[in-house]
Amino acid sequence: MMSVAASRALRDGQACFVGIGLPSTAANLARRLHAPDLVLIYESGTIGTEPDELPLSIGDGILAESALSVVSVPEIFNYWLQPGRIDVGFLSGAQIDRFGNINTTVIGEYAEPSVRLPGSGGAPEIAASCREVIVVMRQRLRAFVSQVDFVTSVGHGSGPGDRARLGLRGAGPVRVITDLGVLEPDPESAELVLSALHTGITIEQVHAETGWELEVSPDLKITAPPTERELTTLRGLRTVGS
Amino acid sequence: MAKIASSKIQSLPQAVSELVHDGDVVALEGFTHLIPFAAGHEIIRQGRRDLTLVRMTPDLVYDQMIGAGCASKLVFSWGGNPGVGSLHRMRDALGAGWPVPLQIEEHSHAGMANRYVAGASGLPFAVLRGYAGTELPEHTDTISTVTCPFTGEELAAVKALNPDVSIVHAQRADRAGNVQFWGILGVQKEAVLAAERAIVTVEEIVDELTPVPGAVVLPHWVLDAVAVAPGGAAPSYAHGYYDRDNAAYRAWDKVSRDREAFSVWLKDLKEKSS
Repeated sequence: MMSVAASRALRDGQACFVGIGLPSTAANLARRLHAPDLVLIYESGTIGTEPDELPLSIGDGILAESALSVVSVPEIFNYWLQPGRIDVGFLSGAQIDRFGNINTTVIGEYAEPSVRLPGSGGAPEIAASCREVIVVMRQRLRAFVSQVDFVTSVGHGSGPGDRARLGLRGAGPVRVITDLGVLEPDPESAELVLSALHTGITIEQVHAETGWELEVSPDLKITAPPTERELTTLRGLRTVGS
Repeated sequence: MAKIASSKIQSLPQAVSELVHDGDVVALEGFTHLIPFAAGHEIIRQGRRDLTLVRMTPDLVYDQMIGAGCASKLVFSWGGNPGVGSLHRMRDALGAGWPVPLQIEEHSHAGMANRYVAGASGLPFAVLRGYAGTELPEHTDTISTVTCPFTGEELAAVKALNPDVSIVHAQRADRAGNVQFWGILGVQKEAVLAAERAIVTVEEIVDELTPVPGAVVLPHWVLDAVAVAPGGAAPSYAHGYYDRDNAAYRAWDKVSRDREAFSVWLKDLKEKSS
């Protein structure tokens, strides 16, 4: 459901900065369904790539083979991401907080963490510079926390106006898509509120997996279940080498 | 007639022996593609110690070098087994100091890429829109800020990265040691040009470099050694030569989780000559 909901959030013709895993699955699904002209950009430097299969890694050969262009890593960040040429950035993380800030660095204290995570990669600048950010994460109590242990990528900082004060040019996270529903920042408080539930999920289930008092939007929606075509296409996506 | 005396072509063991020293700052770059595994393995065999390993995406080859005890510090921006999971040897060195303690210096990809650009450009630092609002600058002293002299805007500044040695893998070189590579180019060109010394391993030596659209040529005079290492990027890949061995990346997860399984792997590696 999460991949399908994330794929539906992408519009045809957008330029999308894709990370590996769920974002890559969602973006490739969207391109096969309603967004054939979605431009996929991976941080390895492949622009406008159209892989037949899902890459296992952001630099798989299949991404270069089918790309409109392949550029260096400094170029992808400096020329394409930094000036705001990319519409949507897809992010995930180990922790996200009520303001959409994301942690992919450490759980616990930086010097002596209980879990060492991979680190930032391209995420801080994707979060800063894409016109908008969509976060895709499984909703679990340990991941949806009141405050992240480490701010790797800035969402809405500590509240309204923070992004502008920091000089961040993109709109930040506009939607957090989970396996339970969808969270969106409140326009006033910048805090994430529950805006949609996936079919068959209850508000109680969402509350049980959220580490803060999550508000529910007055016009809470129900996500339509996956269509037969969405499911068939999703199941047909094969990962390279698997 | 080719001037053999000026040729940079050497064996990989000789190049590593002469150009990589204990305590050096060493960058083995390759963004998923063209990762210089053979060179990393040769460094392990020669038992280098106390290296500062630099790399945007330390993956399997750095996990192996860290597990072998070659490194005392890691400078990086994303450390994982891409698409598979964690680097367990790196975690073990960070958390438990096994086999030796590992310090880290951590950046974002954009920060690391720009550090190489500054290094390759002969500048002391690079400017980017980055890091604002993140906690990375609090832990990394090579991240600072600079005020734009024209607009007054505050921007991120990152210190130039100039490794003692950079090592990359490429598709081919000619007999003089001019190197050509193509496909996903990562930061390989920048890493080579930023370094004090540079080694390139190649799939093959050819009489003439056939032009390839989009290919980079590094002239022999910016390199110190070119070594032939067919398959030298495996299990990563060399575009036009062989594919990425995704199964090997998945298989590493199991080996690296366990010190004993890793030690067996390491013993096997040391017994094989390059």
